[in-house]
Amino acid sequence: MDATSHRFRDNARHALANGRLKESLASFTKTFPEKRQKVIDRLPEFDALRDEGVRIKNHVLANLDFYLERFEAKATAAGAQIHWCRDAAEARETVLSICRAAGARTVTKSKSMIGEEIAINEFLESNGVRPVETDLGEYIIQVRGESPSHILVPAIHLKGPDIAQTFREKHTALPPGRALDEPEAILREARTVLRGEFLAADVGLTGANMLVAETGSIVVVTNEGNADLVMSLPKVHVAVASLEKVVPTLEDAATILRLLARSATGQDITAYTTFATGPKRPGDPDGPDEFHIVLLDNGRTAMLGGEFRDMLRCIRCGACLNHCPVYAGIGGHAYGWVYSGPMGSVLTPSLLGAHQADDLPNASTFCGKCEQVCPMRIPLPTMMRHLRERQFTTGGPAAKGRGALKVWAFFARRPALYRRATALAIGALAFLGGGRGRFRRLPLTSAWTGPRDLPAPQGRTFQALWAERRRRKP
Amino acid sequence: MSARDDILSAVRLATGGGAALGRSAVARAFDERLAKPTANLIPERGKGTPAELLVRFIAESEAAAATVARVAGRSGIPAAVADYLAAHGLPRRVRAAPALKDVPWPEGIGIAVDYGKADADTPVGLSCAVSGIAETGTLVLPSGPATPTTLNYLPDVHIVVLETASIVGSYEDAWSRFREEAAGGDFMPRTVNWITGPSRSADIELILLLGVHGPRRLHILLLDGQDA
Amino acid sequence: MSSAAPRVGFFVTCLVDLMRPSVGFAAVKLLEEAGCQVEVPAEQTCCGQPAYNSGDRADAIALAKQVIAAFEGFDYVVLPSGSCAGMIREHYPRLFAGDAAWEGRARKLAERTHELTAFLVDVLGVTGVTAKLAATVTYHDACSGLREMGVKTQPRRLLASVDGLTLKESAMAETCCGFGGTFCIKYPEISERMVDTKADDLIATGADMVLAGDMGCLLNIAGRLKRKGSAMQARHVAEVLAGSLDAPAIGEPGRTS
Repeated sequence: MDATSHRFRDNARHALANGRLKESLASFTKTFPEKRQKVIDRLPEFDALRDEGVRIKNHVLANLDFYLERFEAKATAAGAQIHWCRDAAEARETVLSICRAAGARTVTKSKSMIGEEIAINEFLESNGVRPVETDLGEYIIQVRGESPSHILVPAIHLKGPDIAQTFREKHTALPPGRALDEPEAILREARTVLRGEFLAADVGLTGANMLVAETGSIVVVTNEGNADLVMSLPKVHVAVASLEKVVPTLEDAATILRLLARSATGQDITAYTTFATGPKRPGDPDGPDEFHIVLLDNGRTAMLGGEFRDMLRCIRCGACLNHCPVYAGIGGHAYGWVYSGPMGSVLTPSLLGAHQADDLPNASTFCGKCEQVCPMRIPLPTMMRHLRERQFTTGGPAAKGRGALKVWAFFARRPALYRRATALAIGALAFLGGGRGRFRRLPLTSAWTGPRDLPAPQGRTFQALWAERRRRKP
Repeated sequence: MSARDDILSAVRLATGGGAALGRSAVARAFDERLAKPTANLIPERGKGTPAELLVRFIAESEAAAATVARVAGRSGIPAAVADYLAAHGLPRRVRAAPALKDVPWPEGIGIAVDYGKADADTPVGLSCAVSGIAETGTLVLPSGPATPTTLNYLPDVHIVVLETASIVGSYEDAWSRFREEAAGGDFMPRTVNWITGPSRSADIELILLLGVHGPRRLHILLLDGQDA
Repeated sequence: MSSAAPRVGFFVTCLVDLMRPSVGFAAVKLLEEAGCQVEVPAEQTCCGQPAYNSGDRADAIALAKQVIAAFEGFDYVVLPSGSCAGMIREHYPRLFAGDAAWEGRARKLAERTHELTAFLVDVLGVTGVTAKLAATVTYHDACSGLREMGVKTQPRRLLASVDGLTLKESAMAETCCGFGGTFCIKYPEISERMVDTKADDLIATGADMVLAGDMGCLLNIAGRLKRKGSAMQARHVAEVLAGSLDAPAIGEPGRTS
């Protein structure tokens, strides 16, 4: 997808004006945190498991070359073909050449953030290969020509009637008078249409939630079961995964699985968790003849060596989105690229380049909720602050108020001068307030007084009053 | 340089990799772990006596919208399948895993049974799990010549046979069983499916719907005995 | 109390200093009633958080050094703000990590720094206050106080002892109000949605008054409540706990004597 992260402000304004989105987000940002809390309350060891998850990921990241090589060796031994790709363009070409070699016309896909990151759909399409999303939400937005607004619930911004309308326009072979009022009816229709696609596809494309170095397996989780049909029906399976997805052992994978669904959807575990190791074996009645794994860097090694390494612990659960009050206001599209919410505010500048996403790390109140719920304890606000620090020297929204900030700091660093200057300014402001208690508008303060009144100061500074009190009773 | 070499050297540059102090110790520790697998923290709900684990497995799988029936032994499977299909008015056409070929289907039970992988229109899949994991009510189904994976996904109704004795506490316990079976050899099947309840989605307005692409119903037959 | 009285350096914070000194005096009253000897170093201005969160490390460090120097001699440093207290306790040590001359001093100060209500309850063991207020109030948990300083039960414990007061919790008490320092003026539309959601949630409690421990949030919330025409009043929790209710509530008309 083309990134619009640089238009964040416009995107956000647009989203805020969308009443239907507001409704969807209100229900969603209430439901998911409640479900997560409920399921965590049943697991007293949750925080200890988080610590273990952090330890596992930190260990892998510190020894990433070792575990990648071990993974490669085991996966290759099981018959998988590994393709190392430096960037999105290499990954796209690799996937396309696999499709061409297979004579593929249709590719079924299960939801993959890496697939979105490398914009594989547009690329395959422009090269004569038809990609079909099979995750229900992804399918809906694919036929609408949109992009996901949430990593778990891609069509969270839509309502049933929107989807019904889309299906009527898209599925023209079906009777026009059919009922599509109930979500169940929409689901049945999608199932029927996609069943045909599953069976007809030549290549199946999935992501991978983890790569297991011990066995050379990929781990894929879904609730719909679509990834399993994508993996087992076509004759070729391609999994795209970024480097940091590797974990040492099956036991380590188990630990992370205990965190993933609980943090994501508030389930103990997703309905389907699949460990896939190489292609079809002798005697197997089903499974793909070829199994390809695309290992993608696309900016990860750069993050690994810098102050954003912690971000590579991310397991894409979406908890930071689900709990973010900014995301709750503007939804995922405003962030302008694949990754939204707090994780997107760190990942997008890191992967696309800071100037493609200048606003993102600034559009946070640092309320800290994201770090509080992150199963991998990623210090998201700290990393957003790092990005702001870079902008402060190189330019960007963080530097925008630099002049005013510098003037304020000039005074704040000179306490005696500060006391005199603030006493005067506050006295003047209180005088302007004229006992009304607040301002509806005031010159130069429209950013404050646009949405809210400005309470008037009481009139004297505490410092001045305290000095008086000291003089009265030493 | 190849992309592989480029990426690996970039990783090493970023981490002090390859030549980094303690790297050989990391490799040694990893090999030792593989030789003698060690679990991380296992939550209490993944532990207990067999009786406790059985109760928990049933409760957790039912919480995930699966249904459970107790069956005395393998010979009881046909009647249990028949009961379930009849109770829900489901098609009496079953595609079973070849691993279940020893189950005797009585004449006159009125169910058409055949064996092999699933087709697009297979209404009922009957397969067998090697373990049930109590901590989340999860079934473990490996692929193999006698256990096609498509049976787990294509049919609208999925019935799974699980021996009560195969219920374990945790995910780690399930992996231990694979390793024990393989006795030191390569233990990992092509595919291991962990299945917890039927297929589901909340993609439309967060309303939970069952049977999106995989089965709408998951029914577990718990075999308490081994008779044939 | 005698010479055993703990010496508390009171950091009034810039917003209380400039906008609402009555909160500062209420806090001092609470501290003195609890047996503290309170001093207010004149060399204090701001903790440096606005600079720090804007990416301006140089000014943040300069201001942090000023604060450390001003407050080094006290047994405790107490602030009527979880946000500024969090800046000193959580972030000063990070700002000086690896700085041999300052890291130790920053840590020492961090260890002795407390948010007002947490200090009263957790350090001094205060279990109640003597104030009276016949009103139903609701409490907004300011983010930094809640997540960096663990301020949650302490203000509620003290409020429970206020004669006549009923606390009615709001559903989203722990959700950010959308202030976020410079965030609220850099992204006013997003901030508006957040504070509007917050205001609706508070109004839904039917309480007469919203209390919080941070002036930033309170100015934002009070400003939005007034813009919406709500009669709900907003005050700093210290004012209620100290029984210092002479000044009009935040944004309400009337003069402070």
